[in-house]
Amino acid sequence: MTTVRNFVRSNVRNPNAVAYFLMAVSALFFPAVVQFATGGSGDYLVGLAADGGIYMLMAIGLNVVVGFAGLLDLGYAAFFAIGSYTYALVASNHLGVTPIGHSLHVPFWIALFIGMFVAATAGALLGAPTLRLRGDYLAIVTLGFGEIVPRVFRNAGIWTGGVPGISALDVPTLPGWVQGPWVGQDFGWVPDFRFTSANLTAYYMLMIILIAFVVILVHNLYNSRLGRAWMAVREDETAAAASGVNTVSVKLLAFSIGAATSGFAGAFYGAKLSYVSSENFGFIVSVTVLAMVVLGGMGNIPGAMLGAIVLYFILFWLLPNAPGQMQGLASSLGLDWLNQSNPNGWPGIGEVVSRSKYVIFGLILVGIMLLRPQGLLPSQIRKQELTHEEPEALAAPRQLQA
Amino acid sequence: MSAILRVGGVTKRFGGLVAVDNVTFEVEEGEVFALIGPNGAGKTTLFNCVTGFYKPTLGTVTFRDRNLTGSPPHRTAKAGIARTFQNIRLFEYMSALDNVRLGHHCRMHSKLWDSLFKTPFERSEEKRITEHSMELLKLVGLERQSENYARNLAYGQQRRLEIARALATDPKLLLLDEPAAGFNPQEKVELMALVQTILKRGITVFLIEHDMKVVMQASQRIVVLDHGEKIAEGPPVEVRNNPRVIEAYLGKSA
Amino acid sequence: MAAMVQRLRASVISTPTASLINLVGLAIVAVALVATAQRVYQGGATYFFQTLGFGLAQGAIFALVALGYTMVYGIIELINFAHGDVFTLGAFISLALMPVFGLNEGRISGAALILPLLGLFVVTMLICALVNVGIERVAYRPLRHAPRLAPLITAIGMSALLEGVMNVWRGPFNLHYPDFLPSTQIPIGGGVTIAAKAVMVIVVAVVLMVSLTLFVNRSKLGKAMRATAQDRDAAQLMGIDINRTISATFFIGAALAGAAGIIYGLYYNSVQAFDGFQYGLYAFTAAVFGGIGNIPGAALGGILIGVIYSISDGYFTVSWTQVLVFAILIFVLVFRPTGLLGMRVPEK
Ligand SMILES: Nc1ncnc2c1ncn2[C@@H]1O[C@H](COP(=O)(O)OP(=O)(O)OP(=O)(O)O)[C@@H](O)[C@H]1O
Ligand SMILES: [Mg+2]
Repeated sequence: MTTVRNFVRSNVRNPNAVAYFLMAVSALFFPAVVQFATGGSGDYLVGLAADGGIYMLMAIGLNVVVGFAGLLDLGYAAFFAIGSYTYALVASNHLGVTPIGHSLHVPFWIALFIGMFVAATAGALLGAPTLRLRGDYLAIVTLGFGEIVPRVFRNAGIWTGGVPGISALDVPTLPGWVQGPWVGQDFGWVPDFRFTSANLTAYYMLMIILIAFVVILVHNLYNSRLGRAWMAVREDETAAAASGVNTVSVKLLAFSIGAATSGFAGAFYGAKLSYVSSENFGFIVSVTVLAMVVLGGMGNIPGAMLGAIVLYFILFWLLPNAPGQMQGLASSLGLDWLNQSNPNGWPGIGEVVSRSKYVIFGLILVGIMLLRPQGLLPSQIRKQELTHEEPEALAAPRQLQA
Repeated sequence: MSAILRVGGVTKRFGGLVAVDNVTFEVEEGEVFALIGPNGAGKTTLFNCVTGFYKPTLGTVTFRDRNLTGSPPHRTAKAGIARTFQNIRLFEYMSALDNVRLGHHCRMHSKLWDSLFKTPFERSEEKRITEHSMELLKLVGLERQSENYARNLAYGQQRRLEIARALATDPKLLLLDEPAAGFNPQEKVELMALVQTILKRGITVFLIEHDMKVVMQASQRIVVLDHGEKIAEGPPVEVRNNPRVIEAYLGKSA
Repeated sequence: MAAMVQRLRASVISTPTASLINLVGLAIVAVALVATAQRVYQGGATYFFQTLGFGLAQGAIFALVALGYTMVYGIIELINFAHGDVFTLGAFISLALMPVFGLNEGRISGAALILPLLGLFVVTMLICALVNVGIERVAYRPLRHAPRLAPLITAIGMSALLEGVMNVWRGPFNLHYPDFLPSTQIPIGGGVTIAAKAVMVIVVAVVLMVSLTLFVNRSKLGKAMRATAQDRDAAQLMGIDINRTISATFFIGAALAGAAGIIYGLYYNSVQAFDGFQYGLYAFTAAVFGGIGNIPGAALGGILIGVIYSISDGYFTVSWTQVLVFAILIFVLVFRPTGLLGMRVPEK
């Protein structure tokens, strides 16, 4: 009992510990609360939240690249696409219609890791030559890569199913799963469980388990020699190299680990949707995830998670609902003319609100960097780095002037 | 005694400027060797050539009979050459302890796997290097500052922290670029004592220094550079009375 | 000339791996050229000159936008992601201003166009320039001493913001842009013609680029820019007002981008809120191709990318053109980050 008390006491002032605790508790109770609040028809919301978990996974991964290693990756969605398509190829009938002629149905969990591995390899191949260059070149190379990959998938014809993409992918499975009153059934063990749209709560729980797993691994990395090396490289590459850190390979690891996480999320996403198409992987996905990381706090895992929750909520719940609500608000205020579109170009308030997605991204990225560069839930060290101005003399790009 | 470092005909050009011009010398194992010369003589450039930050235009760098010419900095560090910087380069937002822990990086054996799953091996290695880091902090007199951000340390403390971080790479040769710059006489005495302690640990010291008093007292042998060229080499007394050296210094200040 | 040859030689034959890469690169380029030559031969002269004219016009627009990227990068080493959207903004603003200048499609043509168009250019360029200066003032200047990542992120944010504002303003539609330029063909001998539209675009772009070059080389402000690009601290010591010089760079770059936006509208007769993202990336590719930080390089890179683009569109498959351009971007950055004429050697 005293150990518990000590544990609580030592963590209650640590914002990260509190954030983890609150996120875990609310994640666990979310389905029950939603079902209760909607009178049992909350499946849609639970599924929506589970899809948000995909973004959270990506934010955690991008945080390794941007937050830990200080590398700007603007083509993060490309690795997501690579993970999805890899999964689609090895876990559907599609290879059967390609010149290969034999379809593959690799078991779900293995296929998931194949997707992850292929994405990581793509990251390494892209990063190896690029990371030797100066930092902002990486941003551009990844941006270009992010534009290329979806187009290649769209143009590759029979191999990737062209514009319609690939459908009927194998859905996630587990050797067994527990059911219980939370899905309105008796306690029991379901063998050979398939995650489909009929059991979104199970999908949601699986998502939470995966996120918890990834968080633990990334947390371990952060507190290891590798995490320390990332920090050092971010602060002063020259000094890190002089201290024996192979800066290129350390950055490459960060970049590939980020790509791996994205590929993992992509493979899982493909499996859940049971469908992939090149339309889902544009720059908008990369910039969304970047905005999540920046909003939450670069370099802090629970920060990135919080950023993902907040922005996902805004983009996928608030924004879709906002036009209707704004219209309602306008008419209840007697401002019906706001709702009408008029020939001068005013498209009606609902339309304006639903068009404002990019304005939100822009305001988040610019506003956060200017006003609170450390984000909502900052990492202590990044907070110092990002808020202290360097004196003029030291601010020159840090190059080799030992 | 044998040579631990051989600099053989090293030349470094930047465009038309010859910063280091065909310089040859050897550093003996177990000595304190000094490199002096007026401002802009090419001393730091030579250090950069030895530690792999610059690739010499011509010439070779041999360390413990291994050819290190053009090896990247992390390789030279792994081979056993550590260095400090003229304009202190610490990881400002890392704690003093983490700065020194980072210095152990190239001597650690935890793999990605160990880090991901926090294996017992990783834990024990972390524990070991943390203890060793505390020991090094103590050696440079910073054990009470271990949790402070490097940027918050006093100037002299920062210089010593940089030495501790360099020592953490377990070097055989330590390059110090103007370690006493900006020090008061008391601090200079302490620094010289620290150099002696380092020497006793079996580490050869190769330093750049402007303060002739420090150089005369601390070092066994000196090389003098001027405009990139070696103009003298020998024991302190000899070098001090060398007319070319006097001219180089007076010519500069006149 | 001799110095240039020497530099070229030095950059081509340096290390064994580099020379191997160069060899492979040259081989790929050679194969591509042969394949292109064959198709061009089959396609006939008229089609080729059409394609070339289109490529040059498009390249001229790329070049105008690329100049802004290159100038800003040269002076503060920032990739101003918002620049491509300032370009689209130019098209949007000019579209809105047309009635003010009495530019009504179908009701005005010929020589009567010249003055109103000139006015449209001047006002649009001025507005774009002020917007860009404002962006620098608000979003980049406060972060000049922050870690490098910070201004890059605000630049991405500014780009999103501009796109978002244009999207809210006019919606995500392809807007019609009036077609004022004559659609005649100019004969250039042998029964071969070239579009008058393309010629006009090229002429206007060349005039703008030449004036920019003269300005940078001759004027006091231009010299201050070059000095600041070379060594900011030294320039400051020489009494150059750094902030003013940087503002001027953003001003000029955006003015050119605004002009490019109008030219784009007049040439393609269609513009969309998110065009700047892709177009900006092409222009950035052009800047990198020519050698980032290098003004003639940006012009050359723009023209080359424009021609490559239209040849790929005209003789190969349209759907792979964008992939090709972005692949060029990546390959140039990886294997020759200094570009064709680059002076700035990027450090590691
Ligand atoms: N990266 C570089 N590019 C161009 N020139 C350089 C570079 N590094 C050094 N130099 C030039 O080489 C010469 C030697 O510089 P270096 O820093 O080695 O001198 P130093 O002897 O260490 O001087 P100080 O006593 O001032 O530290 C100087 O003229 C300097 O400007
Ligand atoms: Mg020096």
